[in-house]
Amino acid sequence: MSVPRYWREIPGRTRLEAQKCSKCGHVIYPERLRCDKCGGVLLEPYTLPEKGKLLTFSIVRSPPSNFVKMAPFVLGIVELEDGTRITTQITDIPVNDVSIGMSLEAVFRKISEDGDSGIIQYAMKFRPAFR
Amino acid sequence: MRRVAIINYGLTKVDKHWKKSLRGLFGDAAKAALNNSKVTNLDALIIGNMCASDLSDQNNIGALLADYLCITPATAFRVEAACGSGAAAVLAAYTAVASGMYDVVMTGGIEKLSDGVGRDTTLSLGKAADAEYELFYGSSFVSLNALLMNHYMHIHHTPRDAFADFAVLMHKNGSKNPYAQLPFEITREMVLRSDKIADPITLYDCAPVGDGAAALILCPLEEASKYSDNYVEISGLAGATDTINVSSRSDLLSFNSTVIAADRAYKMAKITPRDVDVAEIHDTFTITGAISLEDLGFSEKGKFNKLLAEGAFEPGGIVAVNPSGGLKSRGHPVGATGAYQIVEVAMQLMGDAGKTQVPDAEIGLAQNIGGSGSSTFVTILRRSR
Ligand SMILES: [Zn+2]
Repeated sequence: MSVPRYWREIPGRTRLEAQKCSKCGHVIYPERLRCDKCGGVLLEPYTLPEKGKLLTFSIVRSPPSNFVKMAPFVLGIVELEDGTRITTQITDIPVNDVSIGMSLEAVFRKISEDGDSGIIQYAMKFRPAFR
Repeated sequence: MRRVAIINYGLTKVDKHWKKSLRGLFGDAAKAALNNSKVTNLDALIIGNMCASDLSDQNNIGALLADYLCITPATAFRVEAACGSGAAAVLAAYTAVASGMYDVVMTGGIEKLSDGVGRDTTLSLGKAADAEYELFYGSSFVSLNALLMNHYMHIHHTPRDAFADFAVLMHKNGSKNPYAQLPFEITREMVLRSDKIADPITLYDCAPVGDGAAALILCPLEEASKYSDNYVEISGLAGATDTINVSSRSDLLSFNSTVIAADRAYKMAKITPRDVDVAEIHDTFTITGAISLEDLGFSEKGKFNKLLAEGAFEPGGIVAVNPSGGLKSRGHPVGATGAYQIVEVAMQLMGDAGKTQVPDAEIGLAQNIGGSGSSTFVTILRRSR
């Protein structure tokens, strides 16, 4: 992955910056030109909540080549407290202990690296919430 | 708009064609389509392909193939909609003929995945998803569909066995198809015990990817009898999209692109799902097949397994599903798959389907998906004999 490509997605991927429709209140993530619910064009900056529940998941055993070192790992869709859904990895838990509906919180983690000399990519994964 | 007919077709077996190049393999399908036809001139070639840039270092497929077929200076270009490229190309060719701009157009699809040996084929196929918000996190085509399957089983309480049984039926059908990549029967136990890829998906839930080429020749319906005495009409077709990112959808268990494309195609053909005799649906994974059966109107939501057990998807049931064996057994030559499906439905209506023939098929449907439901093309054919 090129440096500009990585760098320009930092707001969305690592700061969880999204948009909120000022007409209907729908949260738009990742960002779009208009509200994907009502078509509204007045969108305000909005930061996603960092807590949510696991909607669905998969234990990935045969991933793309730059993730082979981490397999098996858990890919999931997290439903955040405001209803927004995000696809990411579930971490800090044995893969067989993951279950649908579990409470999760965002945590800054290494995602992958581009060989020996490429950039190391970071973003948010989700881990079991401490309550 | 003019009405449009398919007057001829050609297929290669889906396989690992080590000795064939992109142009050589498509040449085989094109030659088969041109043989036995009175077509002497092609005005255009519109071809579906997904992975040639990644795996064969080749772009500009239109010119490459026009040159090889010796049809230059005909208009020629590639259409790309991931796994939906084949049917997208047919839709583009249909509009080219229907509009009156072109008369005789060759369309179809070509994929040479075996050229990707030593490269990351998983990544190349994964590019159908959102690169920045799905692939970035290590997801792949399989794992995104595994998310859907786990969700489906959780919401509908569908037993794992039901998905295996869908694969069993596909292989039973495909065992009779001479063009199939995996033409053999399997058992439920084989599916359940096969290697885990991305839970709950095991190897035998997945369509095998392979090399393949399919070609079709389109012309105005009014002129079809000039070229052939056995042809079919494209009576309805539509393409539709949904969010590229699976998690942006409010309902993960329905492909809205399929619902909308099917609805539009049914209306254009003036039919309902009940009128369809034979359907080739896009079962990249068993879960994709299940969701597709429901979205096309062949099953209620969450009930595909009940109908499957009753034989509803076999000849004599509600609709004969994937007599070719579907992606699961015929194989999935990615950017050519949609073209295979449309050719297979045309063969059924023309009475050319040999051992896979569904008796008296008059109306057929092909559903071709790109990505994990982000693009769907539905094509409806009607017998014109
Ligand atoms: Zn809105």
